[in-house]
Amino acid sequence: MSGIGEAVLRLEGVGKRFGALVANDAIDLSLHRGEVVALLGENGAGKTTLMNILFGHYVADEGRVMLADAAGAWSELPRGSPQAALAAGIGMVHQHFTLAENLTGLENIILGTQAWYSLRLSRREARKRIAALMRRTGLQADLDLPVDRLGVGERQRLEILKALYRKARILVLDEPTAVLTPQEAEGLFAAVRTLAREGLAVLFISHKLGEVLALTDRLVVLRSGRKVADRPTAGADRALIAQLMVGREVDVARPARAEPGRPVLVLDKVGAGQGRGRLSAIDLTIRAGEIVGIAGVSGNGQATLAELVAGLAQPIEGRMDLLGSGAPANPFEAIARGVGRLSEDRHRDGMVAEMSVAENLIMEQRWSKGVQRFGLIRRDAARDAAKVAIAAFDIRCPGAEAPLRLLSGGNIQKLLLARALAGAPRLILANQPTRGLDVGATVEVHARLRRAALEGAGVLLISEDFDELFALSHRIAVMHGGALTPAVAAQSLDVQTIGLAMAGQPGAVFEAAA
Amino acid sequence: MIRFEPRAAPSPLLAVTIPMAAAFGSLLIALAILKLTGTPVLSAAGLLVNGAAGSLFALTETLTRATPLILTGLAVTVAFRARLWNIGAEGQLYAGALAAVAVGGGQIDAPAFILIPLICLAGAAAGALLLLGPVLLKARLSVDEVVTTLLLNFIVLLVVQMMLEGPMKDPMGMGWPQSIPILDEAALPRLFAQMRLHAGLLIALAAALGVHLLLGATVLGYEMRAVGGNPAAARFAGIPVDATLAKTALLSGALAGLAGASEVAGLKGYLTADLSPGFGYSGIVVAMLAALNPLAVVPAAIFAAGVFVGADTMSRTLGISNYFADLTVSLALLCVLVGSLFLRYRLRWVGRR
Amino acid sequence: MEAFEILLQANFWAAAIRIATPLIFGVIGALICERAGVLNLGIEGIFVAGAMAGWLAVYLGAGLWTGVAIAALVGALFGLLHGLFTVILGLSQHVTGIGITLFATSAAYFGYRVAFPSVTEPPRIMAFQPLDLAALKLIPVIGPALAQQTALTWLAFACVALAALILYRTPLGLAIRAVGDNPASVDAQGLSVAGLRMGALAAGSALMALGGAFLTMSAFNAFFFGMINGRGWVCIALTVFASWRPEKALIGALLFGAFDAYQVRLQTLAGGIVPSQVFLMMPYILSIVALVLVARRADYPRALMKPYIKGER
Repeated sequence: MSGIGEAVLRLEGVGKRFGALVANDAIDLSLHRGEVVALLGENGAGKTTLMNILFGHYVADEGRVMLADAAGAWSELPRGSPQAALAAGIGMVHQHFTLAENLTGLENIILGTQAWYSLRLSRREARKRIAALMRRTGLQADLDLPVDRLGVGERQRLEILKALYRKARILVLDEPTAVLTPQEAEGLFAAVRTLAREGLAVLFISHKLGEVLALTDRLVVLRSGRKVADRPTAGADRALIAQLMVGREVDVARPARAEPGRPVLVLDKVGAGQGRGRLSAIDLTIRAGEIVGIAGVSGNGQATLAELVAGLAQPIEGRMDLLGSGAPANPFEAIARGVGRLSEDRHRDGMVAEMSVAENLIMEQRWSKGVQRFGLIRRDAARDAAKVAIAAFDIRCPGAEAPLRLLSGGNIQKLLLARALAGAPRLILANQPTRGLDVGATVEVHARLRRAALEGAGVLLISEDFDELFALSHRIAVMHGGALTPAVAAQSLDVQTIGLAMAGQPGAVFEAAA
Repeated sequence: MIRFEPRAAPSPLLAVTIPMAAAFGSLLIALAILKLTGTPVLSAAGLLVNGAAGSLFALTETLTRATPLILTGLAVTVAFRARLWNIGAEGQLYAGALAAVAVGGGQIDAPAFILIPLICLAGAAAGALLLLGPVLLKARLSVDEVVTTLLLNFIVLLVVQMMLEGPMKDPMGMGWPQSIPILDEAALPRLFAQMRLHAGLLIALAAALGVHLLLGATVLGYEMRAVGGNPAAARFAGIPVDATLAKTALLSGALAGLAGASEVAGLKGYLTADLSPGFGYSGIVVAMLAALNPLAVVPAAIFAAGVFVGADTMSRTLGISNYFADLTVSLALLCVLVGSLFLRYRLRWVGRR
Repeated sequence: MEAFEILLQANFWAAAIRIATPLIFGVIGALICERAGVLNLGIEGIFVAGAMAGWLAVYLGAGLWTGVAIAALVGALFGLLHGLFTVILGLSQHVTGIGITLFATSAAYFGYRVAFPSVTEPPRIMAFQPLDLAALKLIPVIGPALAQQTALTWLAFACVALAALILYRTPLGLAIRAVGDNPASVDAQGLSVAGLRMGALAAGSALMALGGAFLTMSAFNAFFFGMINGRGWVCIALTVFASWRPEKALIGALLFGAFDAYQVRLQTLAGGIVPSQVFLMMPYILSIVALVLVARRADYPRALMKPYIKGER
């Protein structure tokens, strides 16, 4: 690794509060040419707020952002101006891509780089410059297809090219590997190293401690809005970082031994769905009391598998047996049959934000005797049931009658879990159960799923998080391009093997099980 | 710059005062516009209030006018709560009126206690069926219901005109395009002697109470609200979204159709193509003024009706166009939209340092 | 075959283009707004306001083109009002649009009654006259049909070309297409989402107002109540039919005009057997049919009707 150069960015005592919440508390941070710095912290630790201040989306209450120009002269970055941040060479690659999907890659890159009143769009010069950038960095992407026809890896490379095209000197990568296979992530890291050698300063935000250790030169850890560590990466390990982030020791639980019972879900050469999410001839059996993890980059058919179990889709071929009968015709039937379901996107499919905590809790049991009589809702009964669930699942909320939108993500997920487990389900669909949750909430959700399995439920866990897959699953199968590998005992697998299978190359372990 | 901070839950006091402030504000703006035209504003305002509520007669006239507005306001409330954009209450009202004449115009001879319920049912059924079409198109072919319900308003009005010039034309109408009158047995009874106020008001009030109970206390109403709040989540939780929307459409259309039947059977006694001066569209204003709360629809409708009736008196005396009323009511919609923001958010001025 | 011969008459095509002209303005206006992510249901009222404003200005002594400019300005102001509600304050685009329609319509009617408290016959103005372009007459059928059109029709054609050019050939058009698909993409590149949407609303609404102005300043030469009669809603349907593309909007509007002109002529052939209302219904039924035909594969701008709040996802 080449030498680290002079400083280009200094945050000096940056503070930001929202009402009573202190999101950032007097944070100092400096960034040097050629350096890759990891910014770590739990959800709510203040990373996003800090980046929003850096990029001009928020105005800091106190402190300032200082930037050195090419000649080394320091000046303060104007507050609250994304334009100024862009002009100063701050490039940001968001976790959720900021690409217009109806435009081509080229159009996305040049968007906003030419005067808006200009009478023509100069594509040719732009294309030349981008081609040169691609050669230099090794970041390849199709420039002429509409973005909605590109894969996630390609979209991410476009995002980085977009920043470099604007002559970024500081590049912020926000959870860049969340959507990549381990192999794609390796490609990204190689490009980042190249860029750093050329003098770019990189701020790398991630949850994945392995990547942080492999890629970065320095670690900055935020906790509750405060900077709690700023140290070289060399000499740190996972346990230390986790402890710095959480502020206490975390023990990683392993799955309890399973005594699998009768099958609760059998898929026999099942095909379903269409387009990119199509499933082709997959086999899968889940028995009572076991947790089966499905690994894979999202968009490879997991959504369709989840829909089959949830009652939202039906097989077009093959045989499906769910709790002693065929595929459920609709979600209502799936629930009645004893399937507890957690949706992938709790905001989109899980919650009705304007309805109350109690109303959201009874949604699946609305026709049960305890909740209604003659079609009339028993409000008191519903509220009492809600209070029980709130206590049992430790849902922090202003009350059973408060609108759900006021709750935090972790508490909403606990509520949805309470709803899914309410009918003592015999099969549980847990689709990305802890996505976006902090460590505390994650531990609670995991404990609930483990206990449900111990009590005899089969669990179908769909996750992109390796730590989660290994922490919960007895067996793991990998999904790629609508096909599913056999489910293999988790002890015989490691991240590398799963990663290869996610990229479509299942190794000997999976083939042996077939 | 302005920042919106979400409120936990609006206080009941605020929930009442903001729509009232919006209504009052719209009146002030409309009067300010009137001032620009050189009208003596104070006397105009006096005439307006006097015309709407200055006497028992004025009050009954306002309530008479409020009757169809309560029903169309409820129709819009039910639909919007399920996020079904029914902008076609006007057409459904005419469909209901048409059905009322078809049933009450002499083809069926029966005593009042049979004929009156029959006429109401027919009106409701016609309105319900008219909205079912766009909702099925939405569910099956994903055709946007906003445009279809809007366009149906024009189609239904033309159908009405066609019927008035053809099969339903009143032979005694001396050439006027009006329908045959309904039978005396089919007419809704008057509530007071010498006043036009009729039993349609009682139907409308009962409907408001019924919709309130339905939305708040029944599983069906719960399903409608869930579908309106987040259709994807409702579907995931096992609520049949399309069926719920169809039921919502039937109810919403029925309420608007009932408005048409009540106008024919309670007020006019026959159908003309100018039966409704935009009751369907005003229903949207009423529903929004009521913040989609069925019980609040009643006072909101009385306010709008008061503006219309008061403006009639005012325009007769001062020679001002009674489009003043439409202007005020449309302003009320815009004002209450802004007001809704204050209900959900606290506005804070944040200085940039 | 009389029914077929109609298609060969220049007068028929002239009528088709006349019917299409306000729709061209309206559809281009609506698609500019929707491309930027805002559904503008104020269109019906903006038509009314534009019709009234342009006509009144000319009636009060302004030049024809000044009247056109005033109509456009009034439309733009209503567009900005819509934007204040939907873009800045993030309120429901459906309800706001209906509110703008009710407000613009009643304001125009009220204004008309203030200016003319008691006229029975709508006052007329000296309106735009056909541009008698000699060269056009050499083209059969279509040439003479075009020669009957006024400058406003040619302006409508020019607007189609201009809209296509701006949308597909300029940085501004790129930004408009991006902001209706994913406003975050525009925000991340340092452009103003609100600015683009407000601009699109102002420009699109100005065009809608011109659609109304065409009716009072080139077709009927007077303003009367109920003259817009759902034309705005027809435009919203045609915008979907045209899949938000200016060139298809032109074709859609002309097709619509041709159908409408054709059925009016059939009506005279039918000679009173079918009630006239059946023919009057045709435009609305056609619009619904057009919607049904394309609804399944309609590729709505992805961010349509979604307000954008910075930093929220």
